[in-house]
Amino acid sequence: MTAATAPKRSLWRRAWDVSLLPAIAIGLALIFGAVLMILSSPLIGGFDLFLPITAYKALLQGSVGSLNSIVNTLVNATPLVLAGLAVGIGFKGGLFNIGAQGQFLIGAMCAAVAAIALNDASPWVAVPVSIIAGMLGGMAWGFIPGFLKAFRGAHEVVTTIMLNFVAIYLVSYVISGPMRGTGPEVTFARTDAIVAAELPIIIGRNGHLGLLFAAVAVPLAWWLLYRSTTGFEIRTAGANPDAARYAGMHPRWLIVLTMSICGLLAGLAGASEILGEVGYMPASYGTTVGFDAIAVALLGRANPVGILFSALLFGAMQAGAGQMQVEAGIPAQMVAVLQAVILFFLAAESVVRRVLKVRTAGTGLGTELQTVSRSYGEQATR
Amino acid sequence: MEFLYDIPVIGMVIQFVVYVIVQLPVLAPTIMAAAVPIILGALCGFMNERSGVVNIGIEGMMLTAAFVAWWTAAIAAQFLPDLRIGIMGITLPLLIGLALAILAAMAVSAVHAWLSISVRADQIISGTIINIFAVGITGYLNLLISQHSPPSAGQFQALRLPSFLADIPIIGPLVGALIGVGPIALSMLISVIVLQVLLFRSRWGLRTRSVGEHPKAAETVGIDVIKLRYRNVILGGVFAGLAGAYLTIEFGNAFQGEMTAGRGFIALAALIFGRWTPVGAFGAALLFTASIGLQRSIQFAPPEGALGDFLSTLPSQFYSALPYIIVIIVLAGVVGRSVAPAAVGRPYERESKAA
Repeated sequence: MTAATAPKRSLWRRAWDVSLLPAIAIGLALIFGAVLMILSSPLIGGFDLFLPITAYKALLQGSVGSLNSIVNTLVNATPLVLAGLAVGIGFKGGLFNIGAQGQFLIGAMCAAVAAIALNDASPWVAVPVSIIAGMLGGMAWGFIPGFLKAFRGAHEVVTTIMLNFVAIYLVSYVISGPMRGTGPEVTFARTDAIVAAELPIIIGRNGHLGLLFAAVAVPLAWWLLYRSTTGFEIRTAGANPDAARYAGMHPRWLIVLTMSICGLLAGLAGASEILGEVGYMPASYGTTVGFDAIAVALLGRANPVGILFSALLFGAMQAGAGQMQVEAGIPAQMVAVLQAVILFFLAAESVVRRVLKVRTAGTGLGTELQTVSRSYGEQATR
Repeated sequence: MEFLYDIPVIGMVIQFVVYVIVQLPVLAPTIMAAAVPIILGALCGFMNERSGVVNIGIEGMMLTAAFVAWWTAAIAAQFLPDLRIGIMGITLPLLIGLALAILAAMAVSAVHAWLSISVRADQIISGTIINIFAVGITGYLNLLISQHSPPSAGQFQALRLPSFLADIPIIGPLVGALIGVGPIALSMLISVIVLQVLLFRSRWGLRTRSVGEHPKAAETVGIDVIKLRYRNVILGGVFAGLAGAYLTIEFGNAFQGEMTAGRGFIALAALIFGRWTPVGAFGAALLFTASIGLQRSIQFAPPEGALGDFLSTLPSQFYSALPYIIVIIVLAGVVGRSVAPAAVGRPYERESKAA
C-alpha cells in the first residue's frame, strides 16, 4: 500500500512546493489591493473600511458565483492560455516575446478577413480556414522579430514592441479601409458580422469552441517542450546557445522557429476571440491580452501547466472585474495592479522566503528565465 | 533643378530630398517637440545601462511621472495663489507638479534598483512589472479622479527668442526650434551635453563605464559597484520624471491612460541606435520623430506633381506607423556595429558573498 501511495504523495508534495510561493504572492497582492482600495475610497463614495470586502466578494461572485460566471471565466482564460503559451514557450527558448499583443491582433485580423470572404461557405470550410488564416498571420508576425534577432542581432524586446504598434496601425488601415463592412449593423469602423465561421457554443451562454483549442494547446505545448526533439533543442538553445551550437544544433534557426510557434499560438488566440467571442473585427481593437499574457507566463513560470492555472486565475479576475466595478465602484484597472503586485512578490521571491521563513523547493522566476536579460547585452556578439 | 524631377524613380527621390530640406525649418518645431520625451527617456536608459542595469521600465516610469505631474499640479493650482515668475509660463503649481513627478519616477527607479541590484531578480522582468503596475495604477486613479473633473494647472510655455535672432533666414527657425522651447525641453538639451561630457571626461563617467563593462575589475580598484549602480539607476529616474512631466505639463495639459504610447521603448531603441551615448540618442530620437513632422507637412503642403500625389495616397496609418518601422529597420541594420555595455543585464555578486 505504501508503495502505491508513495508516488502520489510526492506529486502532492511537488504541487505544494511549486504553488506555495505563488499563493503567498497572490495573498500579499490581495492585501496590497485592499489597502489601495481603502486609501482611494474617499474618491469613490466616502471613506469605507469594508470596501475591499465588498469588492472582492463581487469579484468572486462574478468569476465563480454561477455556471454562467464560471463559463465567463473560462472564456476570458482562453486567449490568456494561448497567448500565455506564446510568451512562455519564448521564455523557454531564451526569448522575451513582448509581441504577443501584435501577433494576437494580426491573427485576429487575418481570421476575420478569411471569415468575411467565406461568409457564404459552409461552416465546415469557413471555421478551419479562418482559424488557420489567423494562425498563419500570427506566425508571420512572430517570424519577423525571430528572423531579425537571429540574423540581424536586433533584440526581440524592442522589435516586438515596435511590431505591436505597427500591428495596431495595419489593422486600423485594413479594417477601416478595404475591409470596412457595408451591412446595416456597421455603425463604426468594423467588418461585417462573421456568420459562417462563427465558432459554435459548446457550454453555457457563451462558452465557444475556442475553449477546446486552449484545452488541447496546453498538453500539446507540454509535449512539444518536454517530449519532442525540437522542444529539447529549443530549451537547450534557450539555456545556453553556445552549448546548443557545439552539440550540432542551429540556435539561429531555433530562434526563428520558436518565435514563429509563439506567433502561431498568439494568432490562434486572436482568431478564437474574433470568431468565438466578438463576431466581427473592429478597426481599433482595445485589448490587453498580449500584455496580460506576459504576467500569465511569468506567474506560470513558463510551464504549460502553470500557465493554464495562472490563466484561469487571471481569467477569473477579468470575469469578475465588471461586477466589481458595478457593485463596489472599483475600476477594472485594479486587476492590472493586482497582476503587477503578484509578479513583484514573485520576483522578490528570495526576500519573501527569508521574511516569511518559507522552505520549499519551488523554483524562482529567475532560474527559469535567467537567459532573457543576459541575451540583451549579447545582441551584438551572437 | 526641376528637370531632374522628370527622371523616373530617381527623380522622385531627388524631389523628395529637396522637399524635406526645404520643409525642415517649418517641420523642426514639430520634430523637436515629439523628440523631447524620447530623448529624456533615452537619458534614463543611459544612466541605467551604462552602469550595467537593463531598464525596460522607462515607459512605466514616464507614465507614472506624467500622471503625478498633471494631478499634483492641478491640486496645487486649487489651493495655491497663481504666482507667475514671468518667463516660460512658470507657475508655482507647475513647479510643484514637476518636482513631485521627478520624485515619483525616482521612487519607481529605486524599486527597480532594489529588485535588479539587491534582490538580483531578472532585470527585464522587473521592468515589465513596473510597466504593468504603472498602466494599472494610473488608469485606476485617473478613472476615479476624472469623475471629479479637476481643473488643469495649465502648462509651461516656450521661451520667446529676440526677434533679431528669429529673423535670420534658415538658421533662425532652426535655432528657434532648438532653444525656443519650454523649460523641460531646455533642461533636456543641457542634460544631453552635460552627460556626454561627464561620461567621457569625469571620474564619475569613468567609474560608471567600468561598472557597466567589467564590474569585477571595478571592484578590485576600490569602486563600490552596488552603491554606484544604485545611485545611477535612481538618478536616471530624474530623466524619466522629466519625460513624463513634459507630456502633461509642457507638451500638453491633460492626462490620458497609457498616453506614453510606447515612447519609453522608442527611447530604448534611440539609446541603442545612438550607441549608448547621450548625443547619439539625441540624433537617433530626432530621426525617429522626423516622420511625424513629415506627415504633418505632407498633409498641409504636399510637394508638387507625381510625388505629391503618391505621398498623399498613402494612408494616414502608414505615417503613424512610420516611426516604429524606422526603429525596426534601424535596429536590424546597425545593431551589429552598436555594442552594449558588456555587463548589462547581469546582477553583480560580490566575491565574498558568493563564497
